[in-house]
Amino acid sequence: MRAGSNKYTTSEKKNVDYGMILQQASVPLMFIIICAVCIPIAGLSPSYLANEIVTRMGRNSFLILSLLIPIMAGMGLNFGMTLGAMAGEIGLILVSDWQIVGIPGMVLAAIISIPISILLGIFCGKILNKAKGREMITSYIMSFFINGIYQLVVLYLMGFIIPIKHSSIKLPRGYGIRNTVSLLRMRQHLDNLIAINVNGIKIPVMTFIIVGILCVFIIWFRKTKLGQDMRAVGQDMEVARDAGIDVERTRIISIVMSTVLAGIGMIIYLQNMGNIATYSSHSQIGMFCIAALLVGGASVDRASIGNVFLGVILFHTMFIVAPRAGAYITGDSMIGEYFRVFVSYAVITLALIMYETKKRREKSVSGQQLRAEQDRDEAKASGKGGNV
Amino acid sequence: MITDNAPLLEMRNIKKDFFGNQVLTDINLKLKEGEVLGLVGENGAGKSTLMKILFGATDIRETGGYGGEILLNGEKVSFATPFEAIAKGIGMVHQEFSLIPGFEATENILLNREPKKTNLIAEVFGERLDTLDRREMDERAAKAIEKMGVKIDQHMLINSMPVGHKQFTEIARELSKEQLKLLILDEPTAVLTEREAEALLASIRGMSERGISVIFITHRLQEILSVCDNVAVMRDGVLVQEVPAASTNVEEITRWMVGRNVDNTAARTESRINEDARTILEIDKLWVDMPGETVRNVSLSVKEGEILGIGGLAGQGKLGIPNGIMGLYQAGGRVVFDGKEIPLNDPRKCLDSSFAFVSEDRRGVGLLLDESLEWNVAFPAMQVQNRFLKNYLGGLVKWRDEQAIREVTEKYIDELKIKCTSSKQNARELSGGNQQKVCLAKAFALEPKVLFVSEPTRGIDVGAKALVLEALKKFNREKGVTVVMISSELEELRSTCDRIAIISGGRVSGVLPAGASVEDFGMLMLSNVV
Repeated sequence: MRAGSNKYTTSEKKNVDYGMILQQASVPLMFIIICAVCIPIAGLSPSYLANEIVTRMGRNSFLILSLLIPIMAGMGLNFGMTLGAMAGEIGLILVSDWQIVGIPGMVLAAIISIPISILLGIFCGKILNKAKGREMITSYIMSFFINGIYQLVVLYLMGFIIPIKHSSIKLPRGYGIRNTVSLLRMRQHLDNLIAINVNGIKIPVMTFIIVGILCVFIIWFRKTKLGQDMRAVGQDMEVARDAGIDVERTRIISIVMSTVLAGIGMIIYLQNMGNIATYSSHSQIGMFCIAALLVGGASVDRASIGNVFLGVILFHTMFIVAPRAGAYITGDSMIGEYFRVFVSYAVITLALIMYETKKRREKSVSGQQLRAEQDRDEAKASGKGGNV
Repeated sequence: MITDNAPLLEMRNIKKDFFGNQVLTDINLKLKEGEVLGLVGENGAGKSTLMKILFGATDIRETGGYGGEILLNGEKVSFATPFEAIAKGIGMVHQEFSLIPGFEATENILLNREPKKTNLIAEVFGERLDTLDRREMDERAAKAIEKMGVKIDQHMLINSMPVGHKQFTEIARELSKEQLKLLILDEPTAVLTEREAEALLASIRGMSERGISVIFITHRLQEILSVCDNVAVMRDGVLVQEVPAASTNVEEITRWMVGRNVDNTAARTESRINEDARTILEIDKLWVDMPGETVRNVSLSVKEGEILGIGGLAGQGKLGIPNGIMGLYQAGGRVVFDGKEIPLNDPRKCLDSSFAFVSEDRRGVGLLLDESLEWNVAFPAMQVQNRFLKNYLGGLVKWRDEQAIREVTEKYIDELKIKCTSSKQNARELSGGNQQKVCLAKAFALEPKVLFVSEPTRGIDVGAKALVLEALKKFNREKGVTVVMISSELEELRSTCDRIAIISGGRVSGVLPAGASVEDFGMLMLSNVV
């Protein structure tokens, strides 16, 4: 995993780059190996496997793409995307109470979620501006805090202040939302809108088109003035400020965009699942999305669309095959769930450690250069001295 | 608006004080269109403050503004922010690079001034969603680079550029501003190689021909003479000389820069140089990677019982020496103390070998700001030497010996005349000078064999200065402790030390006895400035 890092010598500069590339690709490589080992053991049919992967790509990609913009703005991995996910859930709960189903229901849920996401995003962005350099831990804790408010709204205010008519989603006591809200009449409506079947593999074309549009948007966004400003702010806030860029506002915008996209992503995710686990759907979504992105080779300060798709494929392939492989080896299928959580945390921890090591190494490299320079001078001087 | 005879820039009676501490006194300066003015002076002479006033730096306003007036094209101006100064055609290239590391030269040159193309989405959501016009950007950047007259690759990323090119990127950024009339260059050649510096000088001449006035700050006096029309020399906040460059020479300028009234330049009278004293500390081929204070290939030997001064201009590496030896920044080379080699990059080992260090970063490294004086004084001794501790259960449980701690703190409060309410007061509440004394007390309490003191009098008033220096001398004399004192103030080195090593360009440019003439020191300071 850390191959190449200890091969470093000053004279062999090429080795450094080689080692760096290897290190950057080390996480995806590790997962490719895990998958390669687990797939044959799990013994799943290729078409089943492919079907599952395609489904999960449609389900998760949009959510993970929502993480890219804050990374661009130098704010690291946005654990606060959970806030958007909650906004999306509120939208879905309301539309399912209003019995608006199918695609119109999804669109309406998105429309409801957007203002909530914007408000939460502004709030989150303002707090992160007060915690520069500690964005990740702050947004992580913030997601717990907002979860409390979400529970207040969903558990007490809905049916009490916010009218909820249907008893199928309301708790028997008269207010609050049930543990599970069924989205049966919305389930996979987007996926099935244009679905084609290739060799028994169902491809949710419409979902992929929407994901594709988001990718195009992100690529285009990088070329805009705002995108350029975000990159500048992400690399050096002070320089950006000196050049007249409104650093605080730019950072808030990036979080708002991420939150809004996460809200829409959550709606796409839940229409595929077909139900909302009211109190837990969002709770780990941020972590799993971040883990998937990191598995795809992203780091705290660098992530591309390619990382998103590679990450979705590798991370979810592992999820599909690991329980089977685990069950086959140990006879216990729970091992898969255990593995899922364990690996997610491990991969995030690893990414954070690697980010720190990289920063430290950059520092020591400049010291090594200094020494090399001095040795060169020395050699020159002694060469001269010898002639005299 | 533009009167023909009015100079481009006129500064009248500029005064500035920081909380009663006068740093600029009645500066009068005129600059014609296309004129190149060389501004020289020691660190702390007030050059930077003067330029900050001109450029509308916010910290000037925050510290109470300035006196006097600035006229641009005969019109009175007062800039609240640098952006206003930029709008009026003033550009400044700072000593520290202000560049985005992962951007190309072009992107940096036009940072936040990028030409844009509008589109449908931008019509709805505002102009920040305009896309960048890359072709136009390339053209404008290329034009600015051409104006500068030095070739750089405009598509190269900043972090893969040599430092010189970064500097040129900064200059090109200023030149890309159409309205630029006056360019301030603050030590631009400091990071350049000789050939690059030549190119820059040529480029300054080119700018001047195009009618752009330049204020050129540098320590390399040769450059001033070769490129400037006039030279202005500042010393202690006063403009001491302004002469045509053609009528002067390096020696004369040096003398103006460092020359002071004779009565306070007296070197230490009891200065003693004992040739027979044994070498207690041998520094051999030391390099230190301290940002802004790089040390290259320094070899020095320190004699037992002496006070060795290390001087030189800011940014030349003198601060890197103690910080590197004490392991605060990455370092290499050999340090031999009393016949034993001290491992570098390991602060604990240094402290264990009876070194103590009073850092120039008082509030950051030196003090536990929110703890009492007692803690501050006793903490290192407690940590490093297990002193002020009472052992119980055969050393398994260690308790602080509050009594001993109070005694030693009170002793130093008394000796160093630290002004405080009690030994329990928090360090944060003390004034700068008294905080510095606490730092010294802390180091004294360690009872070191070698004491490094870095900038002991920075930012403290005259009375406290004298006390601090006296305390150092006394500590050296009475306890026989070898002291290495690093300071940017030549005066104070000369009055305190026995020998003084001058660091320039990260290297030792010479070691002189404290009694040597100010001019000699001045020449050493400027000899191989980078």
